[in-house]
Amino acid sequence: MIKNGVGREIPEHLEHIGNLIPYESPFSIIPEGNKAGRKLKRQLPHKSKLVSSIKEAVRACGLKDGMTISFHHHLRNGDYIVNMVIDTIASLGIKDIKLAPSSLNPCHAPLIEHIKNGVVTSIETSGIREPLGTAISQGILPKPLIIRSHGGRARAIETGELKIDVAFLGVPCCDEYGNANGFYGKSAFGSLGYGLVDAKYADKVVLITDNLVDYPCLPASINQTQVDFVVKVDSIGDPKGIVSGAIRFTKNPRDILIAENAVKAIEASGYFKNGFSYQTGAAGASLAVTQFLREKMIKQNIKGSFALGGITSQIVQLLEEGLFGGIFDTQCFDLDAVRSIGENPKHFEIDAATYASPFNAGCIANYLDILMLGALEIDTDFNVNVISGSDGIISQAAGGHPDAAAGAKMSVILAPLIRARIPIIVDRVTTVVTPGETVDVIVTDYGIAVNPRRQDLIERFKDARLNLYTIEELKEIAEKITGKPDKIDFTDRIIGVVQYRDGSVIDVLREVKDI
Amino acid sequence: MEIKRIGRAGTVESNDINIVIEPSDKEDIEIELQSAVIKQFGEHIKALIIEILRSKGIKSAYVKAVDKGAIDCVIKARTLTALYRAAESEEYEWEV
Repeated sequence: MIKNGVGREIPEHLEHIGNLIPYESPFSIIPEGNKAGRKLKRQLPHKSKLVSSIKEAVRACGLKDGMTISFHHHLRNGDYIVNMVIDTIASLGIKDIKLAPSSLNPCHAPLIEHIKNGVVTSIETSGIREPLGTAISQGILPKPLIIRSHGGRARAIETGELKIDVAFLGVPCCDEYGNANGFYGKSAFGSLGYGLVDAKYADKVVLITDNLVDYPCLPASINQTQVDFVVKVDSIGDPKGIVSGAIRFTKNPRDILIAENAVKAIEASGYFKNGFSYQTGAAGASLAVTQFLREKMIKQNIKGSFALGGITSQIVQLLEEGLFGGIFDTQCFDLDAVRSIGENPKHFEIDAATYASPFNAGCIANYLDILMLGALEIDTDFNVNVISGSDGIISQAAGGHPDAAAGAKMSVILAPLIRARIPIIVDRVTTVVTPGETVDVIVTDYGIAVNPRRQDLIERFKDARLNLYTIEELKEIAEKITGKPDKIDFTDRIIGVVQYRDGSVIDVLREVKDI
Repeated sequence: MEIKRIGRAGTVESNDINIVIEPSDKEDIEIELQSAVIKQFGEHIKALIIEILRSKGIKSAYVKAVDKGAIDCVIKARTLTALYRAAESEEYEWEV
């Protein structure tokens, strides 16, 4: 065991993964060598790529025991693709599959049976939700899980660390020769950002669509040179689970209070000026921040350069009102965002590598000024957990959290101080996903704490008379109300690792005792 | 105080606790607890409910508690309310 840069014990070697590189600091690893490549191939003129079923596509790809398959998670909790493909693979008697989707959702519960039956033996992804999370935390997966951020996954694919044999990508608009986009059709989800990396690097690419359009399908986010087979199915997902309608402004007074505190911090930070860039999520408090920020931008005549990330109707409104010059979009969170990306050239689709990979000539996260993030737990070193609950069970996703935090000039965590009796600020987070070195400000309903590394921000916030506490003070306020929680019991068995975006190991995941 | 009938208080909203107190044949306070934070606070919550009931002279009761992350003052308020309803008493001892 080696103690890494955030004080976690990391084994030097883990069976089925190999030697582990302990995390040191956010930019300590300098990559060497060339990008990985896919196999060269040729296609004879006028040969159709249409196959009649997923089964035929699996056979045509030559999928065998032990191979790695991938998926994107743009269909979110409405996704039919993962379950359809794995059911097919199981019915063909194929075993020992490594599953490498960009994320997994509650709808993927049937994977539990496929793991128990030996069809899926390892998983590499950015997030796992219930009930699969509990099953994995109980130790059902024979080989260790790898959690990667969105940027980290793109990096792993581009370096060849994650070699995808077959990518099965659901697309809502596609022609028979493999040009496709996510913008149109009954299952439209907008940006194909996560799937675009798979389409460029997987040895075989199968597009699965419920909306086969006349050639050419334009715009072609995924293009025909990348695609081996096209399958038409009745439905790729449940529209109710894919995207919501426009996400409405929160009425939750605690979220509004957190957002008001955050906007004060943004205004006082010195970064809120013409040309600023901005990323936020779709949680209640984040949406409220965007709403309040819009009012400030109009009042003070401030125009931003770009917004990044998962995109909501609030961000689209800012673009359409001319308050931002453009949007870089890896994932649309609601129907307004889907509409906008399909009609506005300044609402630009980017892949996950362009969004957040640390190993290229400059991802867009590098150019971020102001960033709003969430957290399940934060420790007094400002390390953030977004993957496992305080009960130790894997239930959430790393997403782009560590990537954006590393890139932004000011990363702000929005969190209630207490969430259903669980204090959010603790001595030691259950799992470190984002290192404290990249986390600048914690905004809660009780007040604000600034990372002592950022004396510049502390000075500015003091001048603006913000409600400042040290992180230890916020922790004490929380514990006074909730009491000190009993410790969760883990066994010694390591069930997975959490990679930092550069591929080093920032923490390990252990089997939870007596769930 | 004496438990005469079933007394209930609280909701199953987040941060609340639902308490149901029933008469019991056993000479003990028995608690069936479901909690969103059972691993972190389960033992503490059971001990707190027993302490509150004992402080009112209760020796025998069956308590069903469904907790959604209530803090101690909420647990105390809901337990006392359920107890007064179960005891058909309105002799509240107001504290400041």
